Amino acid sequence: MRLSKDFLSDYIDLSNISYSDLADKMVFAGNEYESIGKLCNATGLVVGYVETCENHPESDHLHICNVNLGSETVQILCGAPNVKAGEKVIVATVGAELPGGTIKKAKLAGMESHGMICSLAELGLESKYLKEEDSAGIHILDDDAPVGEDALHYLGLDDEIIDFELTADRADLLSVIGMAYEVGAIYDKKVTLPEIHLHETKENINDIMKLEVKTENCSIYLGKIVRNVTIKESPKFIKNRLMASGIRPINNVVDISNYVMLEYGQPLHFFDKDRLGDEVIVRMSSNEETLTTLDGKERTLKDTDIVIANANVPVALAGVMGGLETEIEKDTKNIFIEAAIFEPTHIRYTSKAILRSEASSRYEKGVDPYRTLLALNRACELLELYAGGEVSSGVLTHDTTNKEDKKIEVPLEKVQSVLGMPITKEDVCEILPRLGFSYEIKYNTFEVSVPTRRLDVNIKEDVIAEIGKIYGYNKVVGTLPIDKIRKGTYSKKAKLERVIRKQLTALGLNQVITYSLVSEEDIEKFVSSEKDSVILNSPMSEDRKIMRKSLIPSLLHVYEYNIARNRKDISIFETGSIYYKEKETYKEDFTLSGLMSGVYEENTWQGNKMNVDFYLVKGIIENLLGFLGLTNRYQFDTENLVKELHPGMSARILIDREVVGFIGRVHPSVCKQEVYVFELNLQKVLDLKVKPIKFKEIPKFPSVKKDVAFIVKKEITSKEIEEVIKKAGSRILTNIDVFDVYEGENVKEDEKSIAYALTFSDPNKTLNDEEVTVIFEKIIDEVTSKLPAELRNK
Amino acid sequence: MKEKVENLKKEITEKVKEVISLKELNDLKVEYLGKKGPINELSSMMRDLSVDEKKEFGRVLNEVKTEVGNLFDTARKELEEKELNEKLEREKIDITLPSSKVHVGSTHPITKVIEEIEDLFVSMGYDVVEGPEIEEDLYNFEKLNLPKGHPARDAQDSFYITEEMLLRTQTSPVQARTMDANLEKTPIRVICPGKVYRRDDDDATHSHQFTQIEGLVVGENISLSHLKGTLEEVAKKLFGEDREVRFRPSFFPFTEPSLEVDVSCFKCGGSGCSICKGTGWIEILGSGMVHPNVLRGCGYDPEKYTGFAFGMGPERIAMLKYGIHDIRNFYIDDLRFLEDFNRVEGSEE
Repeated sequence: MRLSKDFLSDYIDLSNISYSDLADKMVFAGNEYESIGKLCNATGLVVGYVETCENHPESDHLHICNVNLGSETVQILCGAPNVKAGEKVIVATVGAELPGGTIKKAKLAGMESHGMICSLAELGLESKYLKEEDSAGIHILDDDAPVGEDALHYLGLDDEIIDFELTADRADLLSVIGMAYEVGAIYDKKVTLPEIHLHETKENINDIMKLEVKTENCSIYLGKIVRNVTIKESPKFIKNRLMASGIRPINNVVDISNYVMLEYGQPLHFFDKDRLGDEVIVRMSSNEETLTTLDGKERTLKDTDIVIANANVPVALAGVMGGLETEIEKDTKNIFIEAAIFEPTHIRYTSKAILRSEASSRYEKGVDPYRTLLALNRACELLELYAGGEVSSGVLTHDTTNKEDKKIEVPLEKVQSVLGMPITKEDVCEILPRLGFSYEIKYNTFEVSVPTRRLDVNIKEDVIAEIGKIYGYNKVVGTLPIDKIRKGTYSKKAKLERVIRKQLTALGLNQVITYSLVSEEDIEKFVSSEKDSVILNSPMSEDRKIMRKSLIPSLLHVYEYNIARNRKDISIFETGSIYYKEKETYKEDFTLSGLMSGVYEENTWQGNKMNVDFYLVKGIIENLLGFLGLTNRYQFDTENLVKELHPGMSARILIDREVVGFIGRVHPSVCKQEVYVFELNLQKVLDLKVKPIKFKEIPKFPSVKKDVAFIVKKEITSKEIEEVIKKAGSRILTNIDVFDVYEGENVKEDEKSIAYALTFSDPNKTLNDEEVTVIFEKIIDEVTSKLPAELRNK
Repeated sequence: MKEKVENLKKEITEKVKEVISLKELNDLKVEYLGKKGPINELSSMMRDLSVDEKKEFGRVLNEVKTEVGNLFDTARKELEEKELNEKLEREKIDITLPSSKVHVGSTHPITKVIEEIEDLFVSMGYDVVEGPEIEEDLYNFEKLNLPKGHPARDAQDSFYITEEMLLRTQTSPVQARTMDANLEKTPIRVICPGKVYRRDDDDATHSHQFTQIEGLVVGENISLSHLKGTLEEVAKKLFGEDREVRFRPSFFPFTEPSLEVDVSCFKCGGSGCSICKGTGWIEILGSGMVHPNVLRGCGYDPEKYTGFAFGMGPERIAMLKYGIHDIRNFYIDDLRFLEDFNRVEGSEE
């Protein structure tokens, strides 16, 4: 809402108030503004009188003018075709600031020029307000223009404007009168409303026209007829105030309808009475009905649209846009004025589909029924004054609205306890009248009467908020709430997330956060079991369309982004949700994913480095699971692998034999570089019970180490061998470690050698050689007999 | 004989002095104290002496033996020390060469801010609670006093999945869920961090996905003063001890009164600078007293209970705190950006 100071000062005395102070005080009443400025921001413009005007001898278009500026007469060169001696013009003096730059003394075709004669277009008015002639030549002022005076002031273009960004509840501030009340409350000043005087003719509208309101979605509908209007340009003050308010002047009749809407906040619609006919029907549209709106478009209406119809067809989309057929045209003589209130939600749906206009945005937020008749009469008065109209008597009326003040009981104690400020009864008594709220007091409870214009004030808390606003929220002194002392808690999820984050960052992985919405192309990638997707019903783009079912595609995008910036070594992880639909419920599984590639640790000049490979990533996962207390409960297998992973370098992760994730190298068809990823369903980890830490006695007796190597077929996994060793090793075998895996010379092509370091110990005694040897030989026997394996000779 | 011994002692002393390595010293020791060495030779000559002479000569010879032994020991210690020092000298490295890179990953700045705020509130007795991101219209809007068709829904253009399900546009639905779930309708103190989504085109200041932290306190006699006191703690924790907060009235459908909260500028302290756009104050969050319709809708009697709620954006806080100008940085995950946050917080002083 752009608020003109000139307009506002019709209703409230602003003589001692600077507009910037007003803007700042409004902020502390909850009304923020986007900008403050003038209708025209140019400076140094004066009214000049062109005394002489001759053609420049060396130019085909320049004129040499002597211009009287009141205090002096200066020579100005002007190229406009319409400059003439004896005209009054707008002169930008030397030093003037125009949107196009600063005016300087200049030499044009050898002659000095001390300023510039301006067109309207050069003053900085928004282009939508300019007519073609405003930039075609200089602007000629009326003969009464005072030479030497401020030209902008004379033109009324020096008005100050605050562009407010209003909150959605303050429908009342979408009118200059509403603003006047707000400013009045802040500065404790009285608001003066316009007095309306009409000279009505004998003709009564109720004898001519018939109104039928067939829907509950129109609470009030008032109409009046104004005859014999003359369509012409509006008076200067109306045009300037419309421009200051952001509305383009059209002609006196259209401008008056906008002017009254700005003034009262009540949208009006003017119909060409002769084309409308004698019957007005307000009803819901029926499906498939059509209406050509005044922008020339034929619209197919829905049964949620409210329409104004005459005896035959719809003539306007109520509250949103008029129809082309009954629009005011240059030859319109007789006008039917509609002042009505329509149901906000219907207007909202209709305007969303068609156009959000000044009128519809007011209807959507709500209009004060008390002002409907006032606005109607005000429009008639202005048409009388500025369009030569003759107002018929009577008002065509349908009215179901309640225009009584709202009565709200507000206990003083509640005011104090909610605001937490030492507000006294006297303070409240002083504040309520400033807001325009009258009251009575009964036993420390205020019975407050709230005028209908305050559609946003309906319950005591609303009144309390208004009191707080005028009293000043800056007076609140902060204290902490007093309550029984209790300890705060983190949610299970927040705790797990922290543990994982701390462990993985300690292991060198960077935490990332990516978007939950992904493209159709990514949605099925790295998804380990089939799940129904959660799809937006109207996405903004193809890239952000579906809620992700895996975090890995997003991590791959982060990888690609960083690789493209020459970052080769990338270790990242993310904790976040994956989303899917199961039967009719929406699921969000808390998930951990990671991606690792390149060098894990290195010292370049020493030539030491550790590359990321499957076993490193496996180590990261084992470290994390161990940290989570899950040692001995997890395992890896190679069933049902995710298809985006390298089939020979990936595994599923199981905890307590339940699949909880996967790990592996990204399939070369998905990513050419050597990239490893993992995913863990933390939703499952969240619910696992973990045993408390318990100290185990450190063995007192020395252990015995023995090495053994087997030659086996390549397909035999280390796990298979280990299982046999473990079984044969009995309880004195306390650790198995692989210390060498060899393929190549001296080993057959389809075979490999695996060497194990076995540790034997007994918590109760020192083992003797014999005991160990018996077990060791049993291990060799079992492995070589149960598996296609041979003992490797030294 | 005696003279011989004395001369030998002299000779050994001279030679030991000239020795420069442990090997030479050992060789020398073998040469003089070995089986075929002159000392042994002298001992063997004792056989030919008389008892008295034997006694006397034995004493002298033992003395010399001890002295020479000490001589060798001292020399060995000196040489060992010398050789150790030489070894240390040889082993000297250039400590200015680059280190081996030991990587510790960084925590995302949004996580840092969220955890800082969580920790503060947990220390004040709040519980951290969460709610679904795929939310019902009922909780995201209706229970928050935003019925269908309410104009304030415009400010939060939403991603709908069906008519009744959407991606939550705010963390406020967790407020309603927490109150609903509290069947005894006892006092509440919670904060709810999480992701939210709005139909905004991504640019430097808008993101279709961002995070929020919602706070809710419900109890008897909760007032604006308590809200301000609580938010003062937040401002001090996040932006430094000297921070002040101020209220500006505003409008949110789920609070009345509704207040925007500004914190005094941490950069200029209030005198005006580019960060606070010359005002001395920075807007950091929205808050207010829980609207009676919201309390009532969740089973709390607004005549008995009041409450305050607030919502803040970790992105905005991180942007202010760390001087980040483009919100997209948080979701692009450029490692150079992320690694900047790999350290403890510091203070200006």
